Amino acid sequence: MKFSYYPGCTLKNKAKDLDRYARACAAALGIELIEPDDWQCCGGVYPLGKDEIAPKLAAVRVLADAAEQGNQLVTVCSACHHVLKRVNDDMKNDADTRERANRYMDLQRPYTGQTGVLHLLEVLRDRVGFDTLKEKVVNPLTGKKIGAYYGCLLLRPGDVMTLDDPENPRVMEDLIRALGAEPVVYPYRNECCGGYVSLGDKELTGRMCDRILESAVGFGAQMLLTACPLCMYNLRAHSDLPVYYFTELLAEALGVKEAAQ
Amino acid sequence: MQKIGVFVCHCGTNIAATVDVLRVVEAAAKEPGVVHAQDYPYMCSEAGQALIASAIRDKGLTGIVVCSCSPRMHEATFRKCAERAGLNPYMVEIANIREHCSWIHKDMEEATQKAIILARAAIAKVHLNTPLAAGHSQVTKRALVIGGGIAGIQTALDIAEAGYPVDIVEKNPSIGGRMAQLDKTFPTLDCSACILTPKMVEAAAHPNIRIFTYSEVERVTGFVGDFTVDIRKHARSVDMDKCTGCGLCQEKCPSRKTPDEFNRALGTRSAIYTPFAQAIPNVPVIDREHCIKFKTGKCGLCQTVCAAGAIDYTQSDEIVSEKYGAIVVATGFDTIKLDRFGEYAYDQSKDVITSLELERIMNAAGPTGGHLERLSDGRMPREMVFIQCVGSRCSDGRGKSYCSKICCMYTAKHAMLIRDKYPDVNVTVFYIDVRTPGKNFDEFYRRAVEQYGVNYIKGQVGKVAPLPDGRLRVSGSDLIDGKAVEITADMVVLATAIEPDPSARRLASMLTASIDTNDFLTEAHPKLRPVESPTAGVYLSGVSQGPKDIPETVSQAGACAAKVIGLLAKDRLTTNPCTAHSDQLLCNGCSACANVCPYGAISYEQREVNDHGVRGERRIAVVNNALCQGCGACTVTCPSGAMDLQGFSNRQLIAEVDAICR
Repeated sequence: MKFSYYPGCTLKNKAKDLDRYARACAAALGIELIEPDDWQCCGGVYPLGKDEIAPKLAAVRVLADAAEQGNQLVTVCSACHHVLKRVNDDMKNDADTRERANRYMDLQRPYTGQTGVLHLLEVLRDRVGFDTLKEKVVNPLTGKKIGAYYGCLLLRPGDVMTLDDPENPRVMEDLIRALGAEPVVYPYRNECCGGYVSLGDKELTGRMCDRILESAVGFGAQMLLTACPLCMYNLRAHSDLPVYYFTELLAEALGVKEAAQ
Repeated sequence: MQKIGVFVCHCGTNIAATVDVLRVVEAAAKEPGVVHAQDYPYMCSEAGQALIASAIRDKGLTGIVVCSCSPRMHEATFRKCAERAGLNPYMVEIANIREHCSWIHKDMEEATQKAIILARAAIAKVHLNTPLAAGHSQVTKRALVIGGGIAGIQTALDIAEAGYPVDIVEKNPSIGGRMAQLDKTFPTLDCSACILTPKMVEAAAHPNIRIFTYSEVERVTGFVGDFTVDIRKHARSVDMDKCTGCGLCQEKCPSRKTPDEFNRALGTRSAIYTPFAQAIPNVPVIDREHCIKFKTGKCGLCQTVCAAGAIDYTQSDEIVSEKYGAIVVATGFDTIKLDRFGEYAYDQSKDVITSLELERIMNAAGPTGGHLERLSDGRMPREMVFIQCVGSRCSDGRGKSYCSKICCMYTAKHAMLIRDKYPDVNVTVFYIDVRTPGKNFDEFYRRAVEQYGVNYIKGQVGKVAPLPDGRLRVSGSDLIDGKAVEITADMVVLATAIEPDPSARRLASMLTASIDTNDFLTEAHPKLRPVESPTAGVYLSGVSQGPKDIPETVSQAGACAAKVIGLLAKDRLTTNPCTAHSDQLLCNGCSACANVCPYGAISYEQREVNDHGVRGERRIAVVNNALCQGCGACTVTCPSGAMDLQGFSNRQLIAEVDAICR
């Protein structure tokens, strides 16, 4: 299994763990992740202004690069995954964006959205398979009650992300089960943590995070799992409840955590 | 050479606003064989038809073309008009310059050109038309009603009262349908059972009505006036003649864990059961899937306790074959599944229920004995939230695009009944719009708001979150205040969209009756023929045709019965002469046509054929004209071109194509 791999800039700084453990787990599962030589920040936020093409170009560049390599493109950060899938969807389905981006970028070949974008969770579920993954677990996380925290960007909009049911997801719960732990399903697992609002209004994100944390703890979660550096930041800022990247617990279960540190 | 008249209709501005009608007349007049061409604002009106009739008589026309609306609309009108003027009705052709032209185009020049081409094609066809004579077929004076809910019961009663025998086929062990599950009915709040069960009894006792419960339609052949239907009577395992309905078997049955369908699976039932106390017939069935005797061979308790000796484990399904003149589809509805609406937490909390489930909870014979309580812990709710349009008017593809029509009223009913019986319970209703167009309906809704203090909030709910303490946090928006609203509720009731019963789809294909994208059966005309299917002899009653409440269902059932009675009152029907026939010199007996014929109208005969002086015996396709519906499937399938359709011959169609391509 070979994929192009887009880490994204946060994973080179604040979220080094998300990246480091993802690579270690991929290696342990026989997945080859190839990072392109030359990529830029995806922008972090999908630009909603339809007339503005520039903020989408970094994503188009890495998508086109994967197409040139003939690879699908894997990412682990919720925000990067969100931007890459949505820009790719525009390149496939929105003629205006496609034409303008191609005119602007002067690519070797026109890019028309042909690259398949996958979150690592999708690779684990659909390509590796949770049953196979379960067999490779050497340190099962037995007895741990873990709440999956999806946040908002990973699943929505559902018809573009196509990762899971945005209102009642299960992919991370299935992962937690495969790792030998007990998933805690709580209703606020797909609610927004406040995201970038924390830059300007800490009180508001505080309220949003409190609600998520109350719900998780109330239903018995001992720790939370996330795929998003920003969610991690916001949740940790408002609670002592341990929050881990899903790749870290995966690495622990696969017995590759130490080596990756 | 035919003498052809062309009549171009303006249809007010429907055609004339987009098609230059005078230019169509001019162009048609120049076509070979056309001796008369004229326009008129409304050709279908009495004056318009008089113009056609006098032109036929005065000019001795042998064929006419009417450039107007779809033949589905007025072909019959113009054929009758021609016949009155002494012309064979099959010498009339319609060029559809409305639905196929003016309604779908904007550019006048292009639309006019297209209308001229369509007229030309029809003229080319009518040159090759030959007078046809319609035959006659018999009418079996018996009707079949599929579905024994209020729609089916009312339709059957009305037909039976007119003196015709009717059979009702119901797949459940009892008739009664959804209405039997309801507690009270809007806008009068009378008890549903009190007004339904007398009708059930009346149907069961009526000398002209036979009821097949626990039965399904298996096969339909034939055509209007002469359908043959196979009905599968599922093995009841109880002898209907012997059973006295004492109920002892149900009391003693040790298998009691089957979800009770009648109570929307909120409770359980025994394996031998009648769905509800007032069931008709009051004869239980054994659910073999859950019966211990059928699963393991042991038990047999019901047989032991039955004093009447009615239990019969050896019964098997029985097929009853019966002839009918008319078939009524009254298969009703179910609520949609909510698995794509995770935001309402229906699967996550027992205290999030559908309105139909609330209906059972409110009912004295329901799982809580009519006492309002939370299914999780049996506590009385203090705060209740109703959410309307769950899956109705849904634009994101998860639910239904249509309005389910009954929810605004039953939600007002539920809210009012709860406030009346339990004044301490706060009730909030989230709605998109409140739609109450019915007699005394808006007054009813206003009573809920003004007299009973139900809190209506215009806005939708984004999330129902179960809280660790078992309550439910409902987050929604109040569009009038422009605010986010949060209510911590004890119970949430979802006004779930309704959809046609899943059996409708299979049935429609058996009946060759058309259904729409939502699986509702389609009317022959949405305004002018609302209770008839486009398939002759098939009629529509109740929600199988579209969402409707009880008053509307009963009205439609009556209308449907009137149409059926109108058919059954006839001794014979005129048959369509546009049927297929096989040219025995070209047919090689390959069976391709019989394989595609949906009506089983084609068989084969060994015939002696004189093929240009060579005599020999050949296998030849023969069409039964009584069964053939003129669909044309055989003519396009026949590899040797032996099959042809009267009135739509291959030559006629090619002539049309030639005229279009000229």
